[in-house]
Amino acid sequence: MDRYITTPLTAEKAAQFQCGDMIYITGTIYTARDAAHKRMSEALARGGDLPMDIKDAIIYYLGPTPARPGQVIGSAGPTTASRMDKYTPALLDLGMTGMIGKGRRSKEVHEAIIRNGAVYLAAIGGAGALLSKAIVGSEVIAYEDLGTEAVRRLTVKDFPAIVVIDRFGNDLYETIDK
Amino acid sequence: MREIDVQTVENAVCEMCVAANYGLSADVKARLDNAFDKETSHLGKEILKKLEDNLGIAGQDQIPICQDTGMAVVFIEAGQEVHFTGGSLTEAINRGVRRGYREGYLRKSVVGDPLLRVNTGDNTPAIIHYSIADGDSVRITVAPKGFGSENMSKVAMLKPADGEEGVINAVVQAVKDAGPNACPPMFIGVGIGGTFEKCAIMAKQALTMNMQEHSELPHIAKMEEEILERINRTGIGPAGLGGDATALGLRILTYPTHIAGLPVGINICCHVNRHESRVL
Repeated sequence: MDRYITTPLTAEKAAQFQCGDMIYITGTIYTARDAAHKRMSEALARGGDLPMDIKDAIIYYLGPTPARPGQVIGSAGPTTASRMDKYTPALLDLGMTGMIGKGRRSKEVHEAIIRNGAVYLAAIGGAGALLSKAIVGSEVIAYEDLGTEAVRRLTVKDFPAIVVIDRFGNDLYETIDK
Repeated sequence: MREIDVQTVENAVCEMCVAANYGLSADVKARLDNAFDKETSHLGKEILKKLEDNLGIAGQDQIPICQDTGMAVVFIEAGQEVHFTGGSLTEAINRGVRRGYREGYLRKSVVGDPLLRVNTGDNTPAIIHYSIADGDSVRITVAPKGFGSENMSKVAMLKPADGEEGVINAVVQAVKDAGPNACPPMFIGVGIGGTFEKCAIMAKQALTMNMQEHSELPHIAKMEEEILERINRTGIGPAGLGGDATALGLRILTYPTHIAGLPVGINICCHVNRHESRVL
């Protein structure tokens, strides 16, 4: 079914999502991909802070193209989520409730999703121009030297994504594989 | 001897990097349209419609089709009667990539050292494949390659006894392993024969071929059709969420090989199969 939600994504809201639901997100989400995840992991290892309040937050695995003058952001579709698997359980255990990417996740991520009542959503890969239209604000908040891989705070309006792994660990891709 | 100023090459590479990222070639677009018409999954059809809408927005609002604007792969086929003037050809190609990615508002996705991983900031260096041909013209193909699908590509060193069925199974298995990670619907380039590196380069070249056509070799043309059909029976579908359209097109290139081997390169690309060619 279609669900319209506003951030923050509390565990109570996330618990209602079921595999295959279409979610339209309005509010604030954060971007981070390979290099930013590595830095966040290093920050946690030395007892430092994350660039965002991770509690009830959604991270979008995205490295956009540069915005042209007058544009909020360039092309902005999801990258493959499995490359973030190594770093994800720690962020889920700190209270992150949502991730947006594409592709399969590891057993460890499945377990951490169930443990914390989180959800994994997929946006349509290869539709970066279309998805950029749901992003109405973008600001780099950390790791600016990483260029496209910097952490951004995005303001989104009805950003579309499909529930792939729900809080019970049901996985939409696995149901298709069968 | 015909003289060609490398500045001409630089300009062509720059223009092709930009063009490839904002619009797909007619054959690639036709394959997507065809898949949309034939898709029987409701969700699958809806996703294919969004990919069509995405292409429209990319062209109209000048937003790259995909945020992964790729690593620039450049094939240069130079006639042996050509003399390049005005400096280094390799440097000219990299200047073209640098300018194209900056002026075209494309993403800089290249790190200088694969382990130290510092972004070069200008999407260089390009991956350049040079070859020498007869005559006095230069054929340039620019194919910006995204890595979601590149990461799912494979080389399989099969045994001669594995034969045609072994090749088909290897390609279908690679697609199944890629599943939703490679942004289906995909295009598949296959290189059969040669050596370890030759089959991989052929697989890349196969992706730049016309996806509406088939091989001139009857047994290879038949194989292109058969593998594509087998892939589309997996049910992976658009975005890996089920449906008929798992792959939109598949091309094969072959080359003589050793009595002991049957190398197979499988290069996977998403529907954003970008390539531009120009003859100077």
